[in-house]
Amino acid sequence: MLIGIAFWVLAVIAVATGLAVFVVNSMARATYALAVSFIAVGVQILLLQQNYLGLITILMMVMEMAVMAVYMVMFMGMNPALMPMDMTHGKKTAIATSVGVFVLLAGGALLIPWPQRRGSPPADLTHALGLEIMGEKMLVMAVVGAVMVATIVAGVVLASHRTRYDRFGDDLRHRRVNDAQPGGGKQ
Amino acid sequence: MTDSGLVTVSAGWAVVAGAILCSLAVFAIALDTGLTARAQGARGGWTTIAGRFARLLRQRRRTTVAADTMLWRAGGVGMFIGAFFMVAVIPLGQWTLADLDVGVVWLNTIDVLVWALVWLTGWGANSTYSLIGGYRFLAHGLAYELPLMFALVAPAIAAGSLNVGAVAAAQDDDLWFVVWMPVAFLIYLIGVMGFSVWGPFAAAVATDITGGAGTELSAVDRLVFHAGRYLFLAAGAAFSVPLFLGGGAGPWLPDWTWVLIKTLAVLAVLVWSRRKIPLMRPDRFMTIGWTLLLPAIVVQDLVVSVLVVWKG
Amino acid sequence: MTLEAVLVVAAALFAVGLYGALSQQVIVMVMMGLELMINGVLLAAGGFWWFLAPAPSGQVLLLVILAAMTVEMAMGFAIATLLHRRRGTDMTDMAQELSQ
Repeated sequence: MLIGIAFWVLAVIAVATGLAVFVVNSMARATYALAVSFIAVGVQILLLQQNYLGLITILMMVMEMAVMAVYMVMFMGMNPALMPMDMTHGKKTAIATSVGVFVLLAGGALLIPWPQRRGSPPADLTHALGLEIMGEKMLVMAVVGAVMVATIVAGVVLASHRTRYDRFGDDLRHRRVNDAQPGGGKQ
Repeated sequence: MTDSGLVTVSAGWAVVAGAILCSLAVFAIALDTGLTARAQGARGGWTTIAGRFARLLRQRRRTTVAADTMLWRAGGVGMFIGAFFMVAVIPLGQWTLADLDVGVVWLNTIDVLVWALVWLTGWGANSTYSLIGGYRFLAHGLAYELPLMFALVAPAIAAGSLNVGAVAAAQDDDLWFVVWMPVAFLIYLIGVMGFSVWGPFAAAVATDITGGAGTELSAVDRLVFHAGRYLFLAAGAAFSVPLFLGGGAGPWLPDWTWVLIKTLAVLAVLVWSRRKIPLMRPDRFMTIGWTLLLPAIVVQDLVVSVLVVWKG
Repeated sequence: MTLEAVLVVAAALFAVGLYGALSQQVIVMVMMGLELMINGVLLAAGGFWWFLAPAPSGQVLLLVILAAMTVEMAMGFAIATLLHRRRGTDMTDMAQELSQ
């Protein structure tokens, strides 16, 4: 009963803050509204007895939103003075599409006769998950690892405008790095 | 593996846990004030604490033009209550408030919230220095957080559990983790100073930007924000006890006293070290964090893993 | 709390995210929409796992979703930074050549 109430309160918070992301006028508020939405979903996952995943969802998303806020401010140049703005296109189509998708998904969720639960959760889920990704499902995690590395490399290549030749000179022999902003290693 | 022999006490005891945490924070403030007074050639100093509290409590709130009050308050209040959540999973001897199976991840989750909270405090005031303070903290965070995460991994690997009680219990008839994973302990303490915006990581609230994220804070907002930093410092020190210092293990005295004694010792070292370690510039520390601390802690984790496998 | 309830909430999150991803002009806001959609997927996956087949292997799927989210963010930020530097813009409408 208590869990049911908690679930619905969190559900309202998650969806309301999710909507707020695209309604509020301030970049910081939009970003942290999304963070609150993620925290609410993380707690819901905790209610679904998945402690580890619920917590790392909150952990990762709060961190991500803290960084996201910096990008928001950097690219949008907004101040907390709540400047009115509407940077949207094709709003009507978007609303129609998303309402349609919601009706479709929610209808499916309510109408499909879901099967009975098979099996029961392991006593120590985190431990079982660890054994799983280090055992049978290792290939999945190995692939995810490779994708992550590729992402890091690609991200740096796309985002940085200075190569090592800019930093260390044409012969790569400069002792001191020629950086406008220190902090990139080897100063 | 969640069976760690701990007794989960009823939620009412949270008041006691909160009181203990507050006392630890007051101890840290008193020690810091005393050390400051001594460095300036004065005596005592800690007698002024009550007066400072009272002054902030009855001060009138200042505000700034076009401040984002909601986010601003959220940052300050969050700093104050965050540490109380953190200590909920720390066992005091054999008692704990929440015997969470992933307590170590819980610590990490709460400490990441500080990223958001300090930045929000810096942002909400709509003031330049304040925002610079918020950015400085994020830059520090990017550098200390990953080493801290890997430092938390080391005791968890050695104990084979993420449960804080189980980590403490794993050191019972064995060497304390601090002995055979000193690098992890050191980096953990660096991380604690990081998420408490303390000592070398106080650049976000440093005097060169007139108090940084806390510049525009006044009255009770100022009190809760800075009290929150001390509370986080105390909570971080308390967490190091089950993770690295054997939990309640110790001769003669009951185990809960040992937890408190060790916590006080770690806290005292953290407070004392503030005037021994220079302030880290965020850009400099970025290099240190990624090229020195991160490889060091990964090697430490590897050593711990190999030892654990080798011991069977 | 039933599976249907979880799925309806997840569907709502997904739909809100979809609206954002379709309607927003600023790349970072589009990314927030995508994040919200994945948020819904994550909740749905957690619900399916708990109510239908609570075996440890199902949890791996949630880990993969989280990983996908980080990859999306990292690439989004990188492209946004690149566009901002080259064009001084961060609007999707001005990045037409990405579609060519």
